[in-house]
Amino acid sequence: MRTRAARRAGWNTVGIALFVVMVFPVYWMVSTAFKTDDQITSLKPTWFPTHPTLVHFSNAIHTPFFWTDVKNSIIVVLFTVVVAMVLAFLAAVALAKYRFTGRKLFIFLIIGIQMLPGAGLIIPLYVVLARYHEVGKLSGVIITYLTFALPFCVWTLRGFIVGIPDELEEAAMVDGSTRLGAFTRILLPLVAPGLVATSVFAFITSWNEYIFARILLNDQNTQTVTVWLSYFLGTSRNQDWGALMAGSTLTAIPVIIFFLLVQKRIMFGLTAGAVKG
Amino acid sequence: MATAAETTQEWSRRRRFSWARFSRASVPYGLILPVIAVLGAILGYPIYSLVRLSLQHYTLFELIQHHGQWVGLANFTSVLHDQVFWHTLVRTVIFTIVNVGLTIGGGLLIALLLVRVSPWVRILLTSGLVLVWSMPQVVAVQVWNWMTNFQNGVVNYTMTELHLGNYYGHDFTQSTFSALTLVTTLIVWGALPFVAITLYAALSQVPGELVEAAEIDGARPWRVFRDVTVPILRPVLLILTSLSILWDFGVFTQPYLLIRQVHIHPSNYLMGVYLFEEGYLKSDYGRGAAISILMLLIVITLSIVYVRRMVRIGEAE
Repeated sequence: MRTRAARRAGWNTVGIALFVVMVFPVYWMVSTAFKTDDQITSLKPTWFPTHPTLVHFSNAIHTPFFWTDVKNSIIVVLFTVVVAMVLAFLAAVALAKYRFTGRKLFIFLIIGIQMLPGAGLIIPLYVVLARYHEVGKLSGVIITYLTFALPFCVWTLRGFIVGIPDELEEAAMVDGSTRLGAFTRILLPLVAPGLVATSVFAFITSWNEYIFARILLNDQNTQTVTVWLSYFLGTSRNQDWGALMAGSTLTAIPVIIFFLLVQKRIMFGLTAGAVKG
Repeated sequence: MATAAETTQEWSRRRRFSWARFSRASVPYGLILPVIAVLGAILGYPIYSLVRLSLQHYTLFELIQHHGQWVGLANFTSVLHDQVFWHTLVRTVIFTIVNVGLTIGGGLLIALLLVRVSPWVRILLTSGLVLVWSMPQVVAVQVWNWMTNFQNGVVNYTMTELHLGNYYGHDFTQSTFSALTLVTTLIVWGALPFVAITLYAALSQVPGELVEAAEIDGARPWRVFRDVTVPILRPVLLILTSLSILWDFGVFTQPYLLIRQVHIHPSNYLMGVYLFEEGYLKSDYGRGAAISILMLLIVITLSIVYVRRMVRIGEAE
């Protein structure tokens, strides 16, 4: 019994050490954002920020184009999520509730497309969008974001709809509901949590996206937050690390909050079925 | 006569019936049509253009003219005769193997650790992992830049204090090896949470009785792990490994932003960066298209295992 307790204490120590190592970069980001310039530039690190200051946050948000780029990100993300969710929901219902010829091919496409690396698609997307004068516009970025958001939403929503038993819908129809009535009154409320989770996750992926935004948006007026943040670090030797970390914290906060809300619901999307066996 | 009437009636009933069937059968097609149409326009058409582009001389000039010049397979020949392509390919393969190995191995160890710690440590560690998981890539890159900057990076300080060498004023991105090691630490750190938490979830499905039975039969911990735990984890491990291979092979944001424009050089290209530099930045879209096609072909080959398995799951449900 004693050795067992000792062993558990040992594992606990390893676990806590691992926690410290893993979380340290996040801690270092947030704590740096609150440190004074003296503490940031000194060679000896300040492990805990005494005298926290908000000056870096104010510097970050007063950087040229910060608010414009935040607004751009929000526009891009909202349009992407709304369009993707509406179209994907229909297709997800088809996949979850109907058997039809070509279903397998459709599933194959939806999963296969999600595996294509963004880097491999930048050339054709850039050239095609340039042909239609969509380079440098947010609408062009929304189009490219749909290439990954649509398949993702179809596949994830399908998982949520499959879980709802057909009998519920049938029972409503026996009770005199039309198919559409059964759909809106029975199916929709039951899928609502899944709809929210999927939208939030699509929101996060689009908000975080970098490569498409980088190649399509070259004007600072029409950039997204990730591109803004990536250009923050110039080539000069003296960097404003405090403001960079404050900007990083601000970019990450909405993502972290949303992610914590939906992580449990969504995490098995990519490995669905494999865990359940 | 009677038979003829019956036949007509029968025929018309069958016809009505099949009309109903037809409209019912067309419902799923109507539902997937919007997605198919949009994906065809925004992905199908670009991929068709990609193939055309790869057979054309197509630079900024042609982009403005909207008209390329057919050159047959010249772009492919040029890429395949380019030492940089082959070196980049080999480097990316090694990079992928190392990253996937560390991610899956590390994730498995963390999952096994999660089973063994006290509940409060498990909650603490899991929350930490989820926090790390949620960090956007570009943000994580900037944090890494700050932690390892040559003037006063906290990593440089700690490594020097631990007597691992003098890292004051050291720029990690200068040599290919240390630059890619730096990228590896960032990628593995970011990927561990997903792998560890998924594997932990799978581990908690391992029936306790099975492990106990094996222990009663005198199996040592290693044998229990190898003969009871691993077979149950195998399907999840397979999926996680294929996903990691695909993600790490096609990685772009981390190496591109971490090595940064100043130090990006053919000697430290990974596939995604190579494509970006040679195709997009040099505005040689024809050649870039050829590289994209080669890269996509490799990725498609790599993804067969994963896609087949997932399609089977999708079909079964």
